[in-house]
Formats: sequence, structure tokens, C-alpha cells
Amino acid sequence: MSLKLENVTKKFGQFTAVDDISIEIPEKEMFGFLGANGAGKTTTFRMILGLIDATKGNISWQGKPINYSVSGQIGYLPEERGLYPKLQVKEQLVYLARLRGMDKQSALKELDNWLDRFKVPDYKTKKVEELSKGNQQKIQFISSILHKPKLLILDEPFSGLDPVNVELLKDAVVDLKNSGTSIVFSSHRMEHVEELCEHLCIMQKGRPVVHGELKEIKRSYGKKTLIIHGDFSMAFLQDHPAVKKFKMTTEGVHLQIENELAADDILKDIVGKGFIRKFMLEEPSLNDIFIEKAGASYE
Amino acid sequence: MSNFWTILWHTYWTKIKTKSFLITTIITALLFVLLANITTIIDTFSNEETPKVAVIDETNSSIQAIERIEAYTSEEVILESVQQSEAEVDEKVISGEFTGALYLTSNGEDLISGEYKSLSIADTTISSLLQTALQQIKTELTAESINLSPEQLQTLYAPVSFETTALEENAKSQEELSQARGLVYVVLFLIYFAVIMYASMIANEVATEKSSRIMEILISSTPPVQQMFAKILGIALLSVTQMLILGSIGFFALRESMSKLEGGWFEAFGFSNLSLGILVYAAIFFLLGYFLYATLAAFLGSLVSRIEDVQQMIMPMTMLVVVGFLLSMYGLSNPDTTFITIASYIPFFTPMLMFLRVGMLSLPVWEPILGMAVLIVTTIILAIFGARVYRGGVLMYGRSSSYKDIKKAIQLTKKEK
Repeated sequence: MSLKLENVTKKFGQFTAVDDISIEIPEKEMFGFLGANGAGKTTTFRMILGLIDATKGNISWQGKPINYSVSGQIGYLPEERGLYPKLQVKEQLVYLARLRGMDKQSALKELDNWLDRFKVPDYKTKKVEELSKGNQQKIQFISSILHKPKLLILDEPFSGLDPVNVELLKDAVVDLKNSGTSIVFSSHRMEHVEELCEHLCIMQKGRPVVHGELKEIKRSYGKKTLIIHGDFSMAFLQDHPAVKKFKMTTEGVHLQIENELAADDILKDIVGKGFIRKFMLEEPSLNDIFIEKAGASYE
Repeated sequence: MSNFWTILWHTYWTKIKTKSFLITTIITALLFVLLANITTIIDTFSNEETPKVAVIDETNSSIQAIERIEAYTSEEVILESVQQSEAEVDEKVISGEFTGALYLTSNGEDLISGEYKSLSIADTTISSLLQTALQQIKTELTAESINLSPEQLQTLYAPVSFETTALEENAKSQEELSQARGLVYVVLFLIYFAVIMYASMIANEVATEKSSRIMEILISSTPPVQQMFAKILGIALLSVTQMLILGSIGFFALRESMSKLEGGWFEAFGFSNLSLGILVYAAIFFLLGYFLYATLAAFLGSLVSRIEDVQQMIMPMTMLVVVGFLLSMYGLSNPDTTFITIASYIPFFTPMLMFLRVGMLSLPVWEPILGMAVLIVTTIILAIFGARVYRGGVLMYGRSSSYKDIKKAIQLTKKEK
């Protein structure tokens, strides 16, 4: 029982926006979509929501195709933010919640809760056009979750927010996940995905280049980052057979090595050369993995 | 289906609460009251003071020109005979002592001729009054000079008796026709304004939702066709509300001034004995016409990405309405020409022209029914086609908004298999 995409492809004329993507998104978890602009994230979301039809392939939620009969269970925060500029926050949130099958009274009650939680209770009767962009985004976020969706799709939820508000929103997202909402979100910030998601998919030019459980991805990647700080020249490590990448820093070196065991070899080599202030083995970052897999950095 | 009603009422209430709606309604209502009482209002303003006109009479005193003119104009103008020179009188007109000055002369063939001077000649009330009076006097003088008795003169000017009778069965009598013409005229105007106003309101509504990017959320919760029609009906309800308000205000304002008018143009417009049948036709063609144009507007509105482009996009639609209106104005005096008959089956002209024909001619029942069918079928086709474009169109945010986008919009929703 999950969100399932099977061999989904979308073509716009000659252009292939999404190319044969097959993923399964587990229920009650958070799933991250990573990718540069134009990688096909938004198109994938639009297909999941049924806004556009897939050229090929199948998409199902809890074993059934997604259509308007289940729209009440789905929440969506589009990348292109939009609310009625002339309407009051209260009016439009209640309207949008009602369109998702919620009744007016409970919508109003939920609305108060969320406005309090985001520390903006006095915005209730303000027109959206009077709010700052960041605050509009909070309201937009509320609009996507007010009706308590079971499946929540967030397209770049944190873009354009200050760090304080990013934390506020992250907490809210985590709480929703813990209360049983399945969440799919996209970002081009690696650290957000790394922090929040159990499963993820990195897309490039419409293709999923990395896909799976975060821990598993990191483990199977194998390579580790080794940081050494010391009072001696470490330039000779550049030629060490276990070192894949070598980067000089002011205090020492950042190395990318084949596997954990290689660290031991390197340690043996540098012992006695001088004082070692730091010797640290790190998990690879998603960014490293992406650069390796996609062959390019996008940040 | 509950979403349908939610959208319908939402559209209705948010529109009805806007300042612009309130202001338009109030201004139009005021205009109605003003128009209904226009004669009273004009009287109030002009009754302040009877204008004084100085007369320099250089005609033969036996004519008694001033007395004769007074016989025609005594109520509206005070004539004052003066013996001063032209220049002096001109001075008095400029200083405002007199509203104007009239110089009467007679020479040769012209038994009497006049020149009227005033500060401005834009207001022709007095000058044309005096002109008419002089014309009458000239006729009288001429008649006197050839020794015609007043009775003979009257016979000369008596209007010829002339009547028209239609031989076709059920054909409308002259009286009925002029009444029908009045009603048709009013309804044509209503259709024209309603289509222009409310259809562009719909196009704007759709474009606003699109440009504010809320459309993506809406369309993920409610099918586009449902949305489109909920909006069309919501605005239709709004238009009915507005028309009821304006209609009742207009009705009461007219009834108030009716007692003063006693018949007059009110009756001439065919309101006094309306036939129920024609009212039903008016309502049907009004609604069908509205739905046709509203669907077209919603579909066009979904193609633009910025509100600024709406007017440009719906321009062709507006042109259609204008052409339809012009055709019907022509048809008003020639309702049974082949040209009008054919045009009345072209869907975009049907609401106006078919109603015009129903009102002015005695058509067999199948004609208006065929017209309605044409309208309904066109609306349905437009709705099906429009819904597809709508669905794709609302996801397109190109900078250009041209009719080429229609193709692109359809492609967006197409499944390639």
C-alpha cells in the first residue's frame, strides 16, 4: 500500500521530460526528490496528481489510480506558489479545504491551530496580497495540509524561506509524518533531503540516477571521506593508491577513499610524520554521491 | 458534485462582495433613476428664469411681427421690442441683460427674415424655436398675400391618411410591430451588454486564478469542466442578481415617472401590454447566448498567463458580439431579409438575430427551436473542446498568449500511445 510509479514516461512533443521512472514510495514515510531545475520533478508530481497524463506507464496510490475521487486525501503545495491575492486568508483557506472535502467548521478550527503554530494568528482576516512572500508561503503550506491529507506532495517547500521559518516548517512536516501522513517532497537542497528522508530519488534530465533508502545508498556507495588535520605536509597522499580524490585545505587534507579499510592504510603511512590533530572518517554526503552518479554538480 | 456548488457559491459571493460590483450596480441604478426622471430634471433646471430676447423689428409694422411670434413662443421666451442700434443691443447681450437678440427684416421676396445673436450658438433651444415661429409666420403671410383663408391653409397642411395592413395570417399589425420593436431593442441591448460585461468577467476570473497560480491547486482538487461550469453559473447567478436589482429599480423609477408621462415613450417601447410568449423567448435566448459566450470566454481566459492579456485575447469574441449587435440593428428595420434569416442560424449571432426575428415576424415554431438547438449544440461542442484546452491551458505559463497556444494546450493533455 503505497504510491507506486511504474515505467512512467512523459514526453512533450520531441522533448522527454520524464524518462521511464519506476519507484515505490512507502506509506507513512518521507520521500525526497532531488534534482536540478528542469530535472523533471514538477512534471512527475503533476503526473502523480493527475494534472497531466503520463505518456506511458502507471501511477497508483494504495493500489488505485489517482483521480478526483481521492483528491480529499491528497495535499499539494505547488512550486509556483499561488493564492487569491484579493481574498482574506481565512476565506481562501476554508474555500480550498472545502474543495478537498472538509466541512467549514472543522476547517476553521484547524486553521486557528495552524496559524497559532506558525505564530501568525492575526493574519486570519488579512488579504494575502498584504503579506510578505515568506508569510504567503506559510499560508500556502497550511492550505496544502489543512484537510489532513494522507498523501502530501510538497514541491520545493522550503525555497524562499528564512532559516527560522525553514525550521518551523520542517518541524511541521516531521510531525505530519509521525502522525501517519505519507510525504513526497522535492528540493534542490541536499541537506534537507538528507535530514528528513528515509528514501530518496535523485533525478537528472528526467531519469532517476540514484534511488533507494538513504542509508543503503550511502553504504553501497562505499566511498568515504577522510579528513586529516596535521602539522606536516600531506602532499604525498595524493599518490596513495586508496585515495580517489585529494583536496588540500588550510589545516590539512580532505580525501575521498575507496572504503573504510583504506583509512587504516593511510593512518599507518602518516604515523610518525608529525603531529596529527584530527583524523576523521565521514559518511559520504549526498552531494558527493550525486556528483559521482550524475557526473556533474548542480549547486 | 459538492465541489461544483462550493465553487459556484464561492464565485458568486466573492464577486458580489467586491467594491467594483457594488459601485457599478449603484451607478447604473442611479443612471436608471436619472433617465426615468429626465424630463422632470430638465424642467427643474430650465424653469429658473424665462429667457429674455431683445427684438429689433425692421419689418413693415402692418405685419405686427412681434405679436405674431409671441403667439407661438409666449410661454418659452419673453420678447422685448427695443429701439436701439444693433451695436448697443449686442452690448446688452454680451453684458447678460438679454439672452439673445433677434433682428427682423423684410426685403423683396422674403416676406420676413431674421437673425438671431447670442453669446453662444451651441444651445439651439431658443434659436430653433424662433426659427419655427418665423417659418409659420412666413407661411401665414404668404397665404394672406394670395388670399387663402385659414381653412384652406389647414387643408393644405393636413397630413395624408395612410395605413399599412399585413395580409399574412398571424402577421403583426403595425401597432404590435412598433411595440415589439421597442421590446426587441431593449432586449438586444441587454444581451449585448450582458455578454460583453459578464463574459469578460469570466475571462478575467479565470485569468486571475491562472496568473495567481492558484489554478494548479484548484485543478488538482476539482475537474476542470466542473470548475468551468461552476464559474459560468456563478457569474450567471451574479448577472441575474444584478439585473433583478437594476430591473426592479428601473421599474419603480419608471412607474413613478409614468404618472407624469402618461403613456409616452414607455408605452411606445411596448411595455404596457407585453405578450408572455415573447418574454419567454427573450429569457431563453438571453440565457443561451450568455452560456455560449461565457463558455467561449472561459476557454479564452484559460489561455492567457497575465491579466493584462485578457482584453487582447477576448477581442475576437467582443468583435463577434459587436457584429451581431450591428446586424440586429440593421435587422430591426429589415427583419425578413434572407441575409438576416441566414445569419440568425450562425450560432454566435443566433441569440440576437433569432430573437429579433421571433419578436418582429410571425415565425413557425420550429425556427426558434432550431435556433435554440444550434445554440445548445454549439455550446456543448465549445464546452468539450474548451474543457480540454482549459485543462492544458491553465498549466501553461508562456510569455506569449496567442491562439497557437490552443494547440499546445491540447497537446499537454493528450496521451500519446
